[in-house]
Amino acid sequence: MSAHNPAHGAAHNLPADLNPSPATSQVAFDPSHGPPSAAAMHEAHGHSMVAHQFDDLAQQHEASTLGMWAFLATEVMFFGGALTAYAVYRATYPEAFAAASRLENWFVGALNTGVLLCSSLTMALAVHAAQMGSRKWIVNWLLITVVFGTAFLGVKAYEYNHLIHEHLFPRADTFDAPRHDHETGVTKPPHFPPELRRPAQLFYSLYFGMTGLHALHMVIGIGVILVVAWQAWRGRFSPEYHNPVEMTGLYWHFVDIVWIFLYPLLYLIDRT
Amino acid sequence: MAAPHSQHPQVIGYHAPGTPDVPEEHSSTKHVSVATYLVIFAALMVLLVLTVGAAFWFNLGRLNILVALAIATVKAALVVLFFMHVMYASRLTKIFVAAAFLWLIILFGLTFGDYATREWSPVSRGWVENPATAGGSGGR
Repeated sequence: MSAHNPAHGAAHNLPADLNPSPATSQVAFDPSHGPPSAAAMHEAHGHSMVAHQFDDLAQQHEASTLGMWAFLATEVMFFGGALTAYAVYRATYPEAFAAASRLENWFVGALNTGVLLCSSLTMALAVHAAQMGSRKWIVNWLLITVVFGTAFLGVKAYEYNHLIHEHLFPRADTFDAPRHDHETGVTKPPHFPPELRRPAQLFYSLYFGMTGLHALHMVIGIGVILVVAWQAWRGRFSPEYHNPVEMTGLYWHFVDIVWIFLYPLLYLIDRT
Repeated sequence: MAAPHSQHPQVIGYHAPGTPDVPEEHSSTKHVSVATYLVIFAALMVLLVLTVGAAFWFNLGRLNILVALAIATVKAALVVLFFMHVMYASRLTKIFVAAAFLWLIILFGLTFGDYATREWSPVSRGWVENPATAGGSGGR
């Protein structure tokens, strides 16, 4: 990535047995320390903020950002495959997809989109707090982000529960079967006419698949945020070094973007 | 052992020593203000209401999907540029971001190009829709 200038950094690239100073070689090859040249300027809290393969903080930050975006590119393709399947089947079965989408609760979906946008704002504010060096507010904003994320998952669980209750989970044997209510003794008819039932089941396969993958990303994101919040609480970050907070933010915003597309595609087909 | 930053005490973002200085636009020091975040958040909320509104009150037929995707793309762009700081990132980061979406466009382009043009050629589309063998309803 970088055109590494051989003039600098050459000393700490020497193998240990060629290094004239045993004391220096000891430090240079200790993985918990950066190379002494670069690390000396960035010593904080007793350990270096620059990993030994980097020249300085700026290069390290650039490498983190690029690595995260390379990962997010694979995530774009991952969800892109699901979106492609969705697009092909929606184009093939427009009426069934419109009818199935109308059974989704658009209001709850919109509410959840709002919750996720709020969580993106608080995540951005957590990164801002890290840039400002406010340990307290990094932790606070991260925990508020977790609260919003958990609220989203809670609403998602409510929606799943409702859909499963309505026999809309895409199980081959029970999808859209008549629902018998034991308390009232009333049997509700299927939602779909027979000719739309199979493609509607396809819609719900995509619905549960895509929102399920998204929810899995949320669960992972919440876990990562909690770890980073713990690290922030321990005082690991500073205005100069807070890459984990920032990269977690990139991941969280990406998950938000996925939902920004999923909401209109799954909930708002043909509502007029 | 001269460290590179001793020659560049005010290094803004990484660039290889000896290369011309790039504009000081790197996210490592450029801070997006809280006011900017709040404005972007407000815009995202307005666009969310617009998405729902457009879906319910404007019957544009097949154009509905285009309106929904256009609004979603604007929302995604706001998140990428401001919440994810790409607006202020180095040129190399911007290329990485663009590449991510370039691959997506290739995926969509080739796949949808295939499906959109299948009707154009008279070759068989498989046993399901072959009049000689089709007993039931086909996929289309």
